[in-house]
Amino acid sequence: MFKQRLLKAALASVWFMVLTFPLMGIQLNRVENVIHWRFDRIAMLGAGIFVLAMLWHWCFERRALGLPLIKLPDKVVNTAYSLPSRPLFRRGLPAVILMGMLLMPMVSSIYQTNIMISALLYVMLALGLNIVVGLAGQLVLGYAAFYAVGAYTYGMLYEYFGLTFWVCLPLGGLAAVIAGFLLGLPVLGLRGDYLAIVTLGFGEIVRLLLLSQADLTGGPAGISNIPRPGFFGMEMSLDQVTTYIYYLVLGAVLLTIVVISRLKNSRVGLALQALREDEIACEAMGVNTTRVKLSAFVLCSCWAGFAGVIFAAKTTYINPASFTFMESAMILSMVVLGGMGSITGVVIAAMVLILAPEYLRAFSEYRMLLFGAIMVLMMIFRPQGIVSSERRRYRIPSERQSATENKELSA
Amino acid sequence: MKPVLEVRGLSRFFGGLKAVSEISLTVGEHEIVALVGPNGAGKTTFFNCVTGIYTPSAGDVLLHNGEKTTRLNGKKPHQITALGMARTFQNIRLFPGMTVLENVMLGRHCRTKAGVLGALLRSAATRREEQDTVDRAYELLRSVNLHNAYASTAKNLPYGAQRRLEIARALATGPSVLLLDEPAAGMNPFETRELENLVKEIRKKYNLCVLLIEHDMNMVMSMSDRIYVMEHGSCIAEGTPEQIRHNPKVIKAYLGEESDA
Amino acid sequence: MIDELLYFLELFFGGLTRGSIYALIALGYTLVYGIIELINFAHGEIYMIGAFTALIVAGVLGIYGFPAVAILVIASLAAVIWAAAYGFTVEKVAYKPLRGASRLSPLISAIGMSIFLQNYVILAQTSDFVPFPQLLPDLPFLEHIGYIMGPSDFIILVTSTLTMVSLTLFIRYSRMGKAMRATAQNRTMALLLGIDANKVISLTFIIGSGLAAIGGVLIASHMGQVNFAIGFLAGLKAFTAAVLGGIGSVPGAMVGGIVLGLCESFTTGYFSGDYEDVLAFGMLVLILIFRPDGILGKAKVQKV
Repeated sequence: MFKQRLLKAALASVWFMVLTFPLMGIQLNRVENVIHWRFDRIAMLGAGIFVLAMLWHWCFERRALGLPLIKLPDKVVNTAYSLPSRPLFRRGLPAVILMGMLLMPMVSSIYQTNIMISALLYVMLALGLNIVVGLAGQLVLGYAAFYAVGAYTYGMLYEYFGLTFWVCLPLGGLAAVIAGFLLGLPVLGLRGDYLAIVTLGFGEIVRLLLLSQADLTGGPAGISNIPRPGFFGMEMSLDQVTTYIYYLVLGAVLLTIVVISRLKNSRVGLALQALREDEIACEAMGVNTTRVKLSAFVLCSCWAGFAGVIFAAKTTYINPASFTFMESAMILSMVVLGGMGSITGVVIAAMVLILAPEYLRAFSEYRMLLFGAIMVLMMIFRPQGIVSSERRRYRIPSERQSATENKELSA
Repeated sequence: MKPVLEVRGLSRFFGGLKAVSEISLTVGEHEIVALVGPNGAGKTTFFNCVTGIYTPSAGDVLLHNGEKTTRLNGKKPHQITALGMARTFQNIRLFPGMTVLENVMLGRHCRTKAGVLGALLRSAATRREEQDTVDRAYELLRSVNLHNAYASTAKNLPYGAQRRLEIARALATGPSVLLLDEPAAGMNPFETRELENLVKEIRKKYNLCVLLIEHDMNMVMSMSDRIYVMEHGSCIAEGTPEQIRHNPKVIKAYLGEESDA
Repeated sequence: MIDELLYFLELFFGGLTRGSIYALIALGYTLVYGIIELINFAHGEIYMIGAFTALIVAGVLGIYGFPAVAILVIASLAAVIWAAAYGFTVEKVAYKPLRGASRLSPLISAIGMSIFLQNYVILAQTSDFVPFPQLLPDLPFLEHIGYIMGPSDFIILVTSTLTMVSLTLFIRYSRMGKAMRATAQNRTMALLLGIDANKVISLTFIIGSGLAAIGGVLIASHMGQVNFAIGFLAGLKAFTAAVLGGIGSVPGAMVGGIVLGLCESFTTGYFSGDYEDVLAFGMLVLILIFRPDGILGKAKVQKV
């Protein structure tokens, strides 16, 4: 058994060394016309693959036996499961985190606050995408397009009409809603994989149009000198304005969490989850699937629109390069890692995926490589994400009855 | 007897194949009607045409609701459900990852109204509606005897319970006609008997009429008021169980040597 | 009048050249989709890796002073072999464990694979454009019509036609080709008849990747440069071609590729080059909305 596994891993290691040899092992220097053979890299890769292959087969063997990949002691598992129902944990932990988040800009440098702002912005974006991808199970690959619509709405309305941030915030959301509605109406009837490709095509069209309509959008150079948000006309230093934006984004994230958890636990949210589970049965049970999908899609694009306006105000400079497919894919990988439909999971995933490369510099080069790998590995080993969707508790009649009976008894 | 569901000359072609050809059928108030026939006779296709998953190639599907008559052809499945027709599926189609209660709650979707805005604001009306949905769903679970399992995940239910859950979910849509596609498939004789009682019970309790596809001839014979027999897409016989039992065409085409069943 | 005709012919052959490359890549999408109903999102990256492999091998051989023809043959062969190996490996790692999972899981996995491979090439080689060596020989007999058809156009047309003809023959007459068709029609039935589905799927990926690599070498020598991102755009356009012809249909992919190539060439030539990509994506969106089964594809009835 073990011998076989070793042999398999050795084979995989050899196979990958051969496979990657031309790209990894040969570096051409065109100026001096010499070849650098990078055998060191190939050897390292071979060793790495050997370990990974062992792990890979081990994982599949565990799964074939029906065992969990990581077996924690029962005590730990039970505690972990009971944690969310403990009041101290349920109210205490969020309170502590919130306090920490509120205090953060007072103790950290501008640089760190800025990083946190962009992480929060991604949390907002990922939660928005989670409505359509996570709750409704509809894969949308052109999310960055709606983000771009929001950002360019602010950029252009400021450039041509001098409108301010607070006027543009709802307008950016509205513009994204209109775009979402116009795209969603014809495409939401499509099968899952086609929907993904259509939205991808739409996203690319938006980006290409932003690039080519140079006299309107500034083309590849984009729009610069977009003002940061104002606060009743107060003059603010860069330090203050950063803190201000931080609180603004934090507020937006909290609002997003409230909105999405309410949506999730509503009639529409239930219909969205049913849609994800079985579309035909969902429609046969009387759900107007097109309409439900469209409302989710519109809400999701609206959120991207808001995030876009905030993004433009934060960076003061936008160009089409910020709204590529890679951006959409990155946000998607946050949803995938976090867990389809789970709010906590998506928040954690977005934070980790943005902050880890920032603080672990060695990491940052491999950032997109990791995003890709995460998407593949999560689909294979844990499609439900790191935090599987939270269950809602309902008050059923018998419980209520006994509650009232208890009251009567005590009275 | 007043008809509730009336189908006139319904046909459905797939290319050159006549899957269903000129079927006429009525289901009257409070009636249990069975549609039987060998595999591939076109029964499920007929169901799919009636419930709007396929569009009929020809013919009419009419639903009489009190004084009002609605033509269902070309309507979407969700519209048809809202008009008062609910169904189950031959190969159970529950929402496997959702809880038992949530499955039934979803059935109430077309009878409730709260939209996205209501969800976000969580007004008193929305909350009341939601609690009402929970109450009714729980009540329905009680009538199919699944109320104790209300919090389990649907996919973890045993097979027979999944079938009953599907019926409860269909009932939640508030139908006047209930279409059951092979409800007893895969059940043992004991479970089948239970199911039979359940169907009779809910017919009485919710004042429904039932149209069912079934292979279990014992069950069909004992519970249906009338039976239609389909073969190769056409209807070859119609009548009470007694008439069907002695219909030579049916004996030849369907029952074969089991004529004394 | 003559000038206009010549211009038209130039655009026509330009479109044909481009279209046949799209067709070569589109075949990979269509073959895979026909068998496992997956949009192999990483297919464009395989094409890019094929081009990169050819570039590196040609560079090495060039430094060792091999003759031009030998470089062309060896580099192309290496590209096809390595691309096929990458395709095979991608299937084994990212798609095979997901058989039987919900429909979106393999697609997300494929997107992840695509991102992974792009960044792998950036890390292993470079993120810059790299000049691609002039591998294709000069063809003196084309001198007089050089205005409408250059040597690379000619070679691309001939190579891709030959490739597509042999693929068609392979699928129609060979044992494995028949097994592929059988699996595409009904996987369960094919399995019952003793066809090894895993083998067929692997073979499909190998063939598709090999075809993409041929396309990669041809287009790279035509354009003269490659970078890590060429696969994404070419892949999307080839996918458009596959959908245009009806995804899953082999002749459809060929026709779709040619149609797309011609459309692009004529719009660029008669209107403006700014909207070339917008046109392709616009076509993609419109076809999927209004005629998702393409020109040659058959409508499918959803099973309930």
